[in-house]
Amino acid sequence: MSKNLDFVKFDKVDKSYDGKVLVVKDLNLDIAEGEFITMLGPSGSGKTTCLMMLAGFETPTNGEIYLDKNPISNIPPHKRGIGMVFQNYALFPHMTVYENLAFPLKVRKFEKDEIDKKVDKALSMVSLSGFENRMPGQLSGGQQQRVAVARSLVFDPQLVLMDEPLGALDKNLRESMQYEIKHIHESIGVTVVYVTHDQSEALTMSNRIAVFNDGKVQQLSSPDKLYEEPVNSFVAEFIGENNTFAGQVTNMSTKECKVKLNDGTEIVANPISVKSNGDKTTVSLRPERALINTKEKMDNNFKGKIEEVIYHGDHTRVRLDLLGNKEFILKVPNSSANMDIKMGNQINVSWNSHDARALDPK
Amino acid sequence: MSSETGKILTTDGIPLEVSLKKAERKNKIKAFLLVAPLLLFLLITYIFPIGDMLMRSVDDKMVTEMLPKTFKSMEKWDGKELPPEEVFESFYLDFQKLVEEKRDGKLSTQLNYTKNGFKSILKKLRRKAKNFEEGNYKEQIMAVHKRWADVEYWRAIQRRAPAYTSQKYLKGIDMYKNEEGKIVSVEEDRRVHRILWLRTLEIAFFVTLLCFLMAYPIAHLLATLPMKYSNLLMICVLLPFWTSLLVRTASWMILLQQQGVVNDFFVMIGLVADDNRPEMMFNKTGTYVAMTQILLPFMVLPLYSVMKTISPSLMRAGKSLGGTPFVAFWKVYFPLTIPGIGAGCLLVFILAIGYYITPALVGGASGTLISNQIAFHMKSTLDWSFASAMGLMLLAGVLAIYWVYNKLVGVDNIKLG
Repeated sequence: MSKNLDFVKFDKVDKSYDGKVLVVKDLNLDIAEGEFITMLGPSGSGKTTCLMMLAGFETPTNGEIYLDKNPISNIPPHKRGIGMVFQNYALFPHMTVYENLAFPLKVRKFEKDEIDKKVDKALSMVSLSGFENRMPGQLSGGQQQRVAVARSLVFDPQLVLMDEPLGALDKNLRESMQYEIKHIHESIGVTVVYVTHDQSEALTMSNRIAVFNDGKVQQLSSPDKLYEEPVNSFVAEFIGENNTFAGQVTNMSTKECKVKLNDGTEIVANPISVKSNGDKTTVSLRPERALINTKEKMDNNFKGKIEEVIYHGDHTRVRLDLLGNKEFILKVPNSSANMDIKMGNQINVSWNSHDARALDPK
Repeated sequence: MSSETGKILTTDGIPLEVSLKKAERKNKIKAFLLVAPLLLFLLITYIFPIGDMLMRSVDDKMVTEMLPKTFKSMEKWDGKELPPEEVFESFYLDFQKLVEEKRDGKLSTQLNYTKNGFKSILKKLRRKAKNFEEGNYKEQIMAVHKRWADVEYWRAIQRRAPAYTSQKYLKGIDMYKNEEGKIVSVEEDRRVHRILWLRTLEIAFFVTLLCFLMAYPIAHLLATLPMKYSNLLMICVLLPFWTSLLVRTASWMILLQQQGVVNDFFVMIGLVADDNRPEMMFNKTGTYVAMTQILLPFMVLPLYSVMKTISPSLMRAGKSLGGTPFVAFWKVYFPLTIPGIGAGCLLVFILAIGYYITPALVGGASGTLISNQIAFHMKSTLDWSFASAMGLMLLAGVLAIYWVYNKLVGVDNIKLG
């Protein structure tokens, strides 16, 4: 069976609430069938608006959304057949778990035995069999969450939307729910559009991540690519930790360029979004890509002064004053070779120019 | 004792419970002192007057106290034939005492209530009793008037023996105790109170219904509109609340009278002819309109406070799961507003059932309620015990409604705000 690569298609979608500010600008996004795609971004970046347009609670100001090749702007939410998990679960508080799950089936006029069967199946999928007669108020946060997931899937929709579903759970529960949702997605192959502002959630669960900022998709790629190869400084900042140097490109070539920093030093970097000499740029470097006192040969070698040492168990975070950046973070793995890390010491820091990405200036 | 060993002791060896009580005592006293003024206030202004009302409504001591000897000697009398000499004698003694104190007029009024015809025979007795000789009072009294030889009159006196009576309550529902002591209804053309009770219930019911129908959309709008509009709307709802009840009722009188604004408008758009203007005031219509408007905020506010807590995502969830907007409303939103509906309806109904000023001003003859009747007896006939009895019946009715409501919906489900 060939997969439908544009099962959901946002085609030049704009959205404005007040006619003055665009919350979503010229959004083009294709979502393949069976994919788990995450919309990630800070609050106010337009990701939830996109989800609401897809669900039918908001209409695009311009452009069209296609679901399985059909335009859906004029279809009301209840006819779209899209499952949805809401931020605060939105379980019906006056109905039992069974009635909550049976609701979408009853409005679809299923027979009683079929409803029973489907509810049973959905509840066992989220391992909540036997909870049929509980009221939502009698369940813990995690259990309510699972009921909400089961309810969104019980009527076998092809597409499920999840709007920050784990936001209200504590850290441990959130992590285990992440895996649970991921496994459910894998086992039933439903298409999932997931909205979150939590990057670790996005990285663990998704096939692809669309990073939103300012109403635009900044980058759409797989989690590893997003982390390793951010295409602009917003993405580099937003995903994971990041050390930055502001400077100007001096020596541009195809593979690498030299960047003259504000204090006069020159570093070698990987040109991503700079075109020519004289361009302003922000160089981004992941903390774990810089090594201290290494014997490996690398093309950037500098000395920095240790400002702060924070012990994290498996690794130690070191804050350095390096090339005028007092917030330079290093992650040193916890092994005996690195015992001389003490506050005030000078140490050698090196990295490969390939990992130092020269992006757009902030 | 085995329980002694189970007690937990503090480090100082005092039982934990004792120690806890000691520690909490100060707070308890403080809390009590804080509520004490209110408690006292309620006691004086609420509990005591209601108790007094209850006493007044059943109090029938007046005659009991006026004829103490008579009633004592009547205890042995079976009431079948004329009472023995002993009764006549004590009645004569009691009566003479009243005549001396010039209270015999009151007695004759009271006994006349019980049975017509007492007034004249008591007057005659008073005149003749001056010349009574000692002994054989039975003969002498019966000689005054033939009615004194009628056992019915003596039975009527006996009926007034108890210090307490239920007759005011029976009168409140157009019933009375007849001469055989049976409870019967008054003749059909003299039944006023039952009609009033039914009308009160009917008007309270329909006012509640109208309030509910109008308040539900308003409350929903209030709960869902953005802040700046909802505040304005809230003020519109509350504005009448801040206006004097009398002013509001009076303005309805201006609007609804036959030459009033509403009628003028109807004539202008040609809905009614100028010489055939409908009467919208001094009848039920006026009462309905004015009371609905005045009681509306009492329905809006509880509904609003409940609707405010219903997350909009619930309706969205209902729709996204495939429910049409109506199904989502009916199955999801509406059931969640029931606590507010209950609170609002109860509030409006109870207020409406005892409403006074508005029906008094715009109700006319066909739009007055039981409370107007109570006021009438308080102010005009001065039959306070009857007014008290009806007031208590109203109170009992309200409590009964509350009880039924509690059985049906559950008071825990009420949310007043």
